[in-house]
Amino acid sequence: MLRTLFYLLIVKPLVLLILGINARGREYLPLSGPAIVVANHNSHLDTMALMSLFPLSVIDKVRPVAAADYFLRNRLIKWFALNIAGIIPIERRVREKGCDIFAPVIDALDRGSIVIIFPEGTRGEPETLSKLKNGIGHLLSARPNVPVIPVFFHGLGKCLPKGEVILVPFFVDAFIDEPLRWEGSRQRFMDTLAERMHELQKKAVVVDGFL
Amino acid sequence: MNWVGLPVSVQIAFMAIGGLLAVASLVSLWLVRSKPERNYSELRLRIKTWWIIVGVFAVAVLFNRTVSVVVLGLVSFLAFKEYLSLVPTRRADHRVLFWAYLAIPIQFYWVWMAWYGMFIIFIPVFVFLFLPMRMILIGETQGFLRAVGTLQWGLMITVFGLSHAAFMLVLPAEINPAGGVMGLLIYLVFLTEFNDVAQYIWGKSFGKRKISPKVSPNKTVAGFLGGVLTTTALAVLLAPFLTPLAQYEAVGAGLLIGLSGFVGDVTISALKRDIGVKDSGSLLPGHGGILDRLDSLTYTAPLFFHYVYYLYY
Repeated sequence: MLRTLFYLLIVKPLVLLILGINARGREYLPLSGPAIVVANHNSHLDTMALMSLFPLSVIDKVRPVAAADYFLRNRLIKWFALNIAGIIPIERRVREKGCDIFAPVIDALDRGSIVIIFPEGTRGEPETLSKLKNGIGHLLSARPNVPVIPVFFHGLGKCLPKGEVILVPFFVDAFIDEPLRWEGSRQRFMDTLAERMHELQKKAVVVDGFL
Repeated sequence: MNWVGLPVSVQIAFMAIGGLLAVASLVSLWLVRSKPERNYSELRLRIKTWWIIVGVFAVAVLFNRTVSVVVLGLVSFLAFKEYLSLVPTRRADHRVLFWAYLAIPIQFYWVWMAWYGMFIIFIPVFVFLFLPMRMILIGETQGFLRAVGTLQWGLMITVFGLSHAAFMLVLPAEINPAGGVMGLLIYLVFLTEFNDVAQYIWGKSFGKRKISPKVSPNKTVAGFLGGVLTTTALAVLLAPFLTPLAQYEAVGAGLLIGLSGFVGDVTISALKRDIGVKDSGSLLPGHGGILDRLDSLTYTAPLFFHYVYYLYY
């Protein structure tokens, strides 16, 4: 409830006014779970912008996967991350034997969530795509029937690049692609995903935003 | 909303605009019915968006001065944002761009308080001198001239130019008893948009010779001349109801709006062509972006304002 209100009263109006997202392929966005949405990661705004694309009625089901060490570091951020952003915290570093770091994500998928993953791991340089991490392949091998929807954002790195605190308004493009399915092997799946993301990126670069 | 308190002519103007759009909606419906083989979806979309534009505009002028100035400031903000999203900017200038955005509320604050002296020099003098200095503090010299040039041009076109439309709302009302506070603004915006449509229709019907094939291949001599003449005729017809202009002065206003509206239109076209996009954005379905709709107004607003200001204020 609190989460839906937050999106209705704060995120949606702010995204509409300050950013303005021009979404292409919106019909491919999943409206029910389980599903995985995969996006490039350039800015703290990515998550909010991506979530603002979903209708309010499904917001409660949308859960971004985020690093526990970063988002649970103090009580205030932790409260916000868990209750408002609705993240699924995962550990990046601590890796005990026999402990599956993706267990909470698989659990959320089994409960019908729409999970958001940024497979680049960390926020990279604006509008570039770093190498995709294998975690998503791991998830898919465990739940091969879940559709994966690739999304590429162009322009958010201009609004709030890594290391900046001042937000500068720009229109942003979001390119959403058809769902991708598991292809039997992790390597093949990761290759297809990377290929699709690069295709979306090519569509995005009509003009390069930077001199 | 103080509908009853409005001058009769302004009430009629709004009803006439509503009526005109209603006719356009009906005609487009009739076209869809009678010629099902042709695709009119873009026309329908355009008319629908016109309704929304007129609605927002009505809200902007029918409430009080504060609401009007805030709405027009927001329009300016959207136009500037669209401009900055189109043109190349340097990463190093992140904070400079923030300052440039900050100029918008300040400029419209001068408008709101009707401080003409500050309104007229703030962006061309103070902002013009401040932004390069802020860039120099960052210290990136590569692409400096291009960056500062594109930024200032965008502010002049989308903020300084458009703020003239808002300033017409704060001019002393007693000089224009027929049109009241919003008469001039309605006159300007209506004629500017009418001119766009008229040039389009004349061009589609009779246009052959292209007027500027390289910049805007759809513009023809017939469209241009027909549009300017129709606009001027309408300008003379409407002037006594909405403005203090005498008949011969209204001829000048009509020619000014017709000619400069065309120039504003092709200027934004040239910008888009340089960058390599067809529409400046997708904010207004059927029309493209907000700059695609405001292009003519970026020229007509300051020119018409100073024409009237010189003559009467």
